[in-house]
Amino acid sequence: MRRFGVAKFGYMAMLAFTFCGSFWLEVVLKTGVLRRWKRALISILPVSAVFLVWDAYAISQGHWFFNRDRMLGIYGPYGIPLEEFLFFIIVPMAAILTIEGVTTVKPHLREKEFGKDEK
Amino acid sequence: MIYSDLAIAAVLIAVMVDLFVFKNSLLTRAAFWISYSIILPFQLMTNWWLTHYRADGKAIVMYDPETIIGTRIAAAPLEDLLFGFALILSTMGLWEFWGRRGFQRDK
Repeated sequence: MRRFGVAKFGYMAMLAFTFCGSFWLEVVLKTGVLRRWKRALISILPVSAVFLVWDAYAISQGHWFFNRDRMLGIYGPYGIPLEEFLFFIIVPMAAILTIEGVTTVKPHLREKEFGKDEK
Repeated sequence: MIYSDLAIAAVLIAVMVDLFVFKNSLLTRAAFWISYSIILPFQLMTNWWLTHYRADGKAIVMYDPETIIGTRIAAAPLEDLLFGFALILSTMGLWEFWGRRGFQRDK
Protein backbone atom coordinates (compact mmCIF):
# COMPACT_ATOMS: atom_id res chain seq x y z
CA MET A 1 0.00 0.00 0.00
CA ARG A 2 2.62 2.47 1.15
CA ARG A 3 4.69 1.75 -1.94
CA PHE A 4 1.97 3.17 -4.17
CA GLY A 5 1.19 6.02 -1.81
CA VAL A 6 -2.49 5.14 -1.59
CA ALA A 7 -2.43 4.26 2.12
CA LYS A 8 -3.17 7.85 3.10
CA PHE A 9 -6.50 7.59 1.25
CA GLY A 10 -7.68 4.92 3.72
CA TYR A 11 -10.28 7.09 5.42
CA MET A 12 -11.06 8.96 2.17
CA ALA A 13 -11.97 5.64 0.52
CA MET A 14 -14.77 5.17 3.05
CA LEU A 15 -16.07 8.67 2.33
CA ALA A 16 -15.94 8.06 -1.44
CA PHE A 17 -17.83 4.79 -0.98
CA THR A 18 -20.52 6.48 1.12
CA PHE A 19 -20.80 9.36 -1.36
CA CYS A 20 -21.12 7.08 -4.39
CA GLY A 21 -23.40 4.66 -2.53
CA SER A 22 -25.91 7.42 -1.81
CA PHE A 23 -25.51 10.01 -4.57
CA TRP A 24 -26.81 7.71 -7.30
CA LEU A 25 -30.23 8.04 -5.63
CA GLU A 26 -30.22 11.71 -6.62
CA VAL A 27 -29.29 10.85 -10.20
CA VAL A 28 -31.37 7.72 -10.80
CA LEU A 29 -34.40 8.26 -8.55
CA LYS A 30 -34.31 12.07 -8.91
CA THR A 31 -34.77 12.64 -5.18
CA GLY A 32 -34.32 16.38 -5.74
CA VAL A 33 -32.19 16.85 -2.63
CA LEU A 34 -29.51 18.87 -4.46
CA ARG A 35 -32.09 21.33 -5.72
CA ARG A 36 -33.19 21.72 -2.09
CA TRP A 37 -29.63 22.32 -0.92
CA LYS A 38 -30.62 25.11 1.48
CA ARG A 39 -32.93 22.74 3.34
CA ALA A 40 -30.19 20.09 3.33
CA LEU A 41 -27.70 22.62 4.66
CA ILE A 42 -29.88 23.76 7.58
CA SER A 43 -30.60 20.11 8.38
CA ILE A 44 -26.99 18.96 8.28
CA LEU A 45 -25.05 21.88 9.79
CA PRO A 46 -26.74 22.20 13.21
CA VAL A 47 -26.42 18.46 13.85
CA SER A 48 -22.87 18.28 12.49
CA ALA A 49 -21.80 21.21 14.65
CA VAL A 50 -22.84 19.32 17.78
CA PHE A 51 -21.13 16.14 16.62
CA LEU A 52 -17.94 18.06 15.77
CA VAL A 53 -17.86 19.44 19.32
CA TRP A 54 -18.19 15.84 20.50
CA ASP A 55 -15.42 14.85 18.07
CA ALA A 56 -13.12 17.59 19.38
CA TYR A 57 -13.79 16.51 22.96
CA ALA A 58 -13.27 12.81 22.15
CA ILE A 59 -10.00 13.56 20.34
CA SER A 60 -8.78 15.75 23.22
CA GLN A 61 -9.64 13.02 25.75
CA GLY A 62 -8.18 10.28 23.57
CA HIS A 63 -11.51 8.43 23.31
CA TRP A 64 -10.60 7.79 19.71
CA PHE A 65 -7.55 8.49 17.59
CA PHE A 66 -6.47 8.07 14.01
CA ASN A 67 -3.76 6.19 12.16
CA ARG A 68 -2.03 9.15 10.57
CA ASP A 69 -0.59 6.92 7.82
CA ARG A 70 -4.16 6.37 6.56
CA MET A 71 -5.15 10.03 6.57
CA LEU A 72 -4.47 12.88 4.15
CA GLY A 73 -2.69 14.75 6.91
CA ILE A 74 -4.81 17.90 6.84
CA TYR A 75 -6.05 18.93 10.27
CA GLY A 76 -8.44 21.65 11.34
CA PRO A 77 -9.17 23.22 14.74
CA TYR A 78 -8.81 20.97 17.80
CA GLY A 79 -6.85 18.47 15.72
CA ILE A 80 -9.96 17.35 13.82
CA PRO A 81 -8.85 15.75 10.53
CA LEU A 82 -10.31 16.98 7.22
CA GLU A 83 -11.86 13.52 6.80
CA GLU A 84 -13.97 14.02 9.93
CA PHE A 85 -15.36 17.33 8.63
CA LEU A 86 -16.23 15.59 5.35
CA PHE A 87 -17.75 12.67 7.30
CA PHE A 88 -20.23 15.01 8.97
CA ILE A 89 -21.36 16.33 5.57
CA ILE A 90 -21.34 13.14 3.50
CA VAL A 91 -22.92 10.77 6.06
CA PRO A 92 -25.88 13.04 6.98
CA MET A 93 -26.35 13.77 3.25
CA ALA A 94 -26.48 10.01 2.62
CA ALA A 95 -29.15 9.72 5.33
CA ILE A 96 -31.28 12.44 3.69
CA LEU A 97 -30.82 10.88 0.24
CA THR A 98 -31.87 7.51 1.66
CA ILE A 99 -35.14 8.68 3.24
CA GLU A 100 -35.92 10.73 0.12
CA GLY A 101 -35.09 7.69 -2.00
CA VAL A 102 -37.46 5.55 0.09
CA THR A 103 -40.30 8.08 -0.15
CA THR A 104 -39.68 8.59 -3.86
CA VAL A 105 -40.12 4.86 -4.49
CA LYS A 106 -42.97 4.57 -1.98
CA PRO A 107 -44.79 7.93 -2.17
CA HIS A 108 -47.62 6.69 0.07
CA LEU A 109 -45.13 6.72 2.97
CA ARG A 110 -44.79 10.44 2.48
CA GLU A 111 -48.49 11.20 2.00
CA LYS A 112 -49.67 9.13 4.95
CA GLU A 113 -46.90 9.80 7.34
CA PHE A 114 -45.04 12.98 6.68
CA GLY A 115 -47.86 15.21 7.78
CA LYS A 116 -49.32 18.34 6.38
CA ASP A 117 -47.54 21.58 5.72
CA GLU A 118 -47.51 23.45 9.03
CA LYS A 119 -46.77 26.86 7.57
CA MET B 1 -17.44 11.21 30.45
CA ILE B 2 -16.38 8.27 28.35
CA TYR B 3 -17.53 7.32 24.84
CA SER B 4 -20.17 4.90 26.21
CA ASP B 5 -21.83 7.61 28.33
CA LEU B 6 -21.80 10.13 25.50
CA ALA B 7 -23.16 7.63 22.96
CA ILE B 8 -26.08 6.69 25.24
CA ALA B 9 -26.72 10.37 26.00
CA ALA B 10 -26.70 11.20 22.27
CA VAL B 11 -29.33 8.55 21.51
CA LEU B 12 -31.51 9.66 24.45
CA ILE B 13 -31.32 13.31 23.35
CA ALA B 14 -32.03 12.42 19.70
CA VAL B 15 -35.01 10.26 20.72
CA MET B 16 -36.41 12.92 23.09
CA VAL B 17 -36.07 15.63 20.44
CA ASP B 18 -37.72 13.38 17.86
CA LEU B 19 -40.64 12.51 20.14
CA PHE B 20 -41.24 15.81 21.90
CA VAL B 21 -39.74 18.66 19.86
CA PHE B 22 -40.24 17.64 16.23
CA LYS B 23 -43.89 17.02 15.54
CA ASN B 24 -44.74 13.88 13.59
CA SER B 25 -42.03 11.72 15.16
CA LEU B 26 -39.83 9.83 12.71
CA LEU B 27 -39.56 6.98 15.22
CA THR B 28 -43.24 6.20 14.68
CA ARG B 29 -42.94 6.08 10.90
CA ALA B 30 -42.17 3.26 8.51
CA ALA B 31 -40.18 5.57 6.22
CA PHE B 32 -37.58 6.07 8.94
CA TRP B 33 -37.22 2.41 9.86
CA ILE B 34 -37.04 1.33 6.21
CA SER B 35 -34.34 3.96 5.66
CA TYR B 36 -32.47 2.90 8.79
CA SER B 37 -32.59 -0.76 7.76
CA ILE B 38 -31.00 0.25 4.43
CA ILE B 39 -28.36 2.41 6.10
CA LEU B 40 -27.41 -0.04 8.86
CA PRO B 41 -25.66 -2.67 6.65
CA PHE B 42 -23.70 0.12 4.98
CA GLN B 43 -22.76 1.51 8.38
CA LEU B 44 -21.52 -1.93 9.43
CA MET B 45 -19.43 -2.17 6.24
CA THR B 46 -17.88 1.27 6.59
CA ASN B 47 -17.41 0.79 10.35
CA TRP B 48 -15.50 -2.38 9.61
CA TRP B 49 -13.36 -0.59 7.04
CA LEU B 50 -12.43 2.14 9.52
CA THR B 51 -11.98 0.04 12.66
CA HIS B 52 -10.54 -3.38 11.76
CA TYR B 53 -6.87 -3.88 12.49
CA ARG B 54 -4.70 -4.25 9.39
CA ALA B 55 -1.32 -5.86 8.78
CA ASP B 56 0.45 -2.82 10.22
CA GLY B 57 -1.20 -3.58 13.57
CA LYS B 58 -3.41 -0.48 13.36
CA ALA B 59 -6.95 0.42 12.33
CA ILE B 60 -7.78 3.72 10.61
CA VAL B 61 -9.74 4.79 13.70
CA MET B 62 -8.79 3.33 17.07
CA TYR B 63 -10.40 3.58 20.49
CA ASP B 64 -9.08 3.78 24.03
CA PRO B 65 -10.34 0.50 25.57
CA GLU B 66 -11.01 2.41 28.81
CA THR B 67 -13.70 4.52 27.14
CA ILE B 68 -15.83 1.76 25.56
CA ILE B 69 -17.69 -1.20 27.04
CA GLY B 70 -15.70 -3.45 24.69
CA THR B 71 -18.48 -5.11 22.69
CA ARG B 72 -17.56 -4.91 19.03
CA ILE B 73 -19.86 -5.36 16.05
CA ALA B 74 -18.24 -5.66 12.62
CA ALA B 75 -14.95 -4.66 14.32
CA ALA B 76 -16.36 -1.36 15.60
CA PRO B 77 -17.36 -0.53 19.16
CA LEU B 78 -21.08 -1.00 19.87
CA GLU B 79 -21.06 2.70 20.75
CA ASP B 80 -20.53 3.56 17.06
CA LEU B 81 -23.99 2.20 16.24
CA LEU B 82 -25.50 4.48 18.90
CA PHE B 83 -23.46 7.39 17.54
CA GLY B 84 -24.68 6.66 14.01
CA PHE B 85 -28.29 6.24 15.08
CA ALA B 86 -28.27 9.60 16.86
CA LEU B 87 -26.61 11.31 13.87
CA ILE B 88 -29.02 9.86 11.32
CA LEU B 89 -32.19 10.33 13.37
CA SER B 90 -31.32 13.95 14.16
CA THR B 91 -30.45 14.88 10.58
CA MET B 92 -33.49 13.19 9.03
CA GLY B 93 -35.65 14.66 11.79
CA LEU B 94 -34.47 18.17 11.02
CA TRP B 95 -34.90 17.58 7.28
CA GLU B 96 -38.52 16.51 7.84
CA PHE B 97 -39.06 19.38 10.29
CA TRP B 98 -38.07 22.00 7.69
CA GLY B 99 -40.19 20.22 5.09
CA ARG B 100 -43.27 20.36 7.28
CA ARG B 101 -42.61 24.04 7.87
CA GLY B 102 -42.89 24.40 4.09
CA PHE B 103 -39.21 25.17 3.52
CA GLN B 104 -38.22 23.68 0.15
CA ARG B 105 -40.79 21.01 0.86
CA ASP B 106 -41.37 19.78 -2.68
CA LYS B 107 -38.93 18.53 -5.27
